[in-house]
Amino acid sequence: MANNSNLNKDNAVQVRELISKKRAGRSFSSIIEKAVPVLLFLIAMISLLTTIGILFTLLTETIHFFSRVSIIEFFTGTILRPLSQNPEFGILPLISGTIISSVIAMLVAGPIGIMTAIYLSEYATDRVRRTLKPLLELLAGIPTIVYGFFAFTFVTPLLREFIPGLEATNVLSPGIVMGIMIIPMIASLSEDAMSSVPNAMREGALALGATKLEVTFRVIVPAALSGIIASFVLGISRAIGETMILTIASGSSKNFTLDVTQSMQTMTAYIVEVSGGDAPAGSTIYYSLYAVAMTLFCFTLLMNIVARYVSRRYREEY
Amino acid sequence: MKHLTTKQVEKKMKSRIILNNILKTIFLLSTLFGLVVLAVLIIRVLTQGLAYINLDFLTGKLSTSPDRAGIMGAVLGTFWLMAVVIPVTMVLGVSTAIYNELYARKGRLQSIIQTNISNLAGVPSIVYGILGLTIFVRTMDFGNIVLAGGLTMSLLVLPIVIVSSQEAIRAVPKHLSEASFGMGATKWQTVKNIILPASLPGILTGTILALSRAIGETAPLVVLGIPALLLPFPGGIFDKFTVLPMQIYYWTLDSSLMEEYAYLASATIIVLLVLLFILNSTAIIIRNKFQQRY
Repeated sequence: MANNSNLNKDNAVQVRELISKKRAGRSFSSIIEKAVPVLLFLIAMISLLTTIGILFTLLTETIHFFSRVSIIEFFTGTILRPLSQNPEFGILPLISGTIISSVIAMLVAGPIGIMTAIYLSEYATDRVRRTLKPLLELLAGIPTIVYGFFAFTFVTPLLREFIPGLEATNVLSPGIVMGIMIIPMIASLSEDAMSSVPNAMREGALALGATKLEVTFRVIVPAALSGIIASFVLGISRAIGETMILTIASGSSKNFTLDVTQSMQTMTAYIVEVSGGDAPAGSTIYYSLYAVAMTLFCFTLLMNIVARYVSRRYREEY
Repeated sequence: MKHLTTKQVEKKMKSRIILNNILKTIFLLSTLFGLVVLAVLIIRVLTQGLAYINLDFLTGKLSTSPDRAGIMGAVLGTFWLMAVVIPVTMVLGVSTAIYNELYARKGRLQSIIQTNISNLAGVPSIVYGILGLTIFVRTMDFGNIVLAGGLTMSLLVLPIVIVSSQEAIRAVPKHLSEASFGMGATKWQTVKNIILPASLPGILTGTILALSRAIGETAPLVVLGIPALLLPFPGGIFDKFTVLPMQIYYWTLDSSLMEEYAYLASATIIVLLVLLFILNSTAIIIRNKFQQRY
């Protein structure tokens, strides 16, 4: 009996110990439960901090720049000579270079991208689509430096066979190569938009005697228009922000011209050139880096906002 | 009422059908255009560079004479860069994704974070270079070492990791976590034991894709001022470094001086593309192998 009660006592002690252990464990885990969300929240804030960091650095240094160079001269000046005795800081040559190269890129990527999307979404059989699409996406995975090399050492010499006046660095060849780089992006986004048009609409039009072509252009493309436009705008944004192809193949002449056979500099290429060394911190050239980067940032941000607005605002509901 | 005969219909339809067929061919050709360019690019790089790839090239130091130049420094630099980017993006990206998907209350703040992430994805890479230059190289005074480059690259690819991790987490079926709650597990226990393991393949796939982006990206590093000629091999994250794309960049620029440099650039491109190919195949294998059907 005594033995037994002893055993009971021991058991009771053990159970009590277990419970208190469990409690201790629970309080530890309850600390974790409370700490984890806070920790995760703080980490999630890093992405916000990145944006704030970008805006803050660009803004403060840009303001420095505009305390030295008038904002009107910057945005209306057609001459950019940061390294000369009397430096001039007009950004227009860079903006024109950026816009011209992007226009060339879109002239290549726009039509080819959308025709590719039409083929993949409307004409190709399932098997063809499943082989062609990943192959096309390989194009998007190639590093831009490789495209730059390709433009400089292959496309430019090739184009010079046909266009005698083409300079060794020009805006035409990197523009074309940039367009090729953007094709998969436009094709893929547009194809998504077109594939999501319900089959009932296709079948309805086909039943009325329309050919596939008529179905595509009278029914599918209008229905998917918002997605297609958004893909174009994103493509432009990509072209504006593209750096290495242009840095290598379009040269560093700050020409303010429409002649695509000439060398031109884009905003991105200017940033590379200036940050590449000859800008001592605190000099006006150094600050011009930030003013140009700010302009570039605003351009692409605007494009991205437009793309999102278009795809949301004009989304057709079926 | 007049009835159409088959003949009339055929006559009417003929030109439309022909037009359809012509444009179908044009659409097919434009689809093939991109692939042809891809093929030309690859053939060109292979014919130029393949002859230059040998053990000396892969393990050699950089040199001013083209026939003795090697890319080991750039390979090691790429390796150390990955050593920074992988842990940083995994921790930051997955944590942010968990917070956004599982903890954040649906509201103003959460939608701001979400919008911000998609905006960050659209910021040109060179702007990240300027951010890195200002914050890591100048303000924190790291200099252009691996750590500065790696952190810059991490911020650049972070949106990719966050978005793909969020998708992976969202794809975990609700009944799994509900079962876990039903067994008395707490939220964090559920996240740690159920949701994270189930979404791991998706997270890894996204991380590898982000990594391959970071390896191929050049612009931010150019802005950081990563040097061309080097230096002892980098042995850690506090060393100065160069990476494969930077090597390609400088050799491409030099190719107008001496043609051999174009061949060296081609050879380096082959190495870089093989590396990217291995990474991307790994991502695909992981996705296919661990794709779970619930």
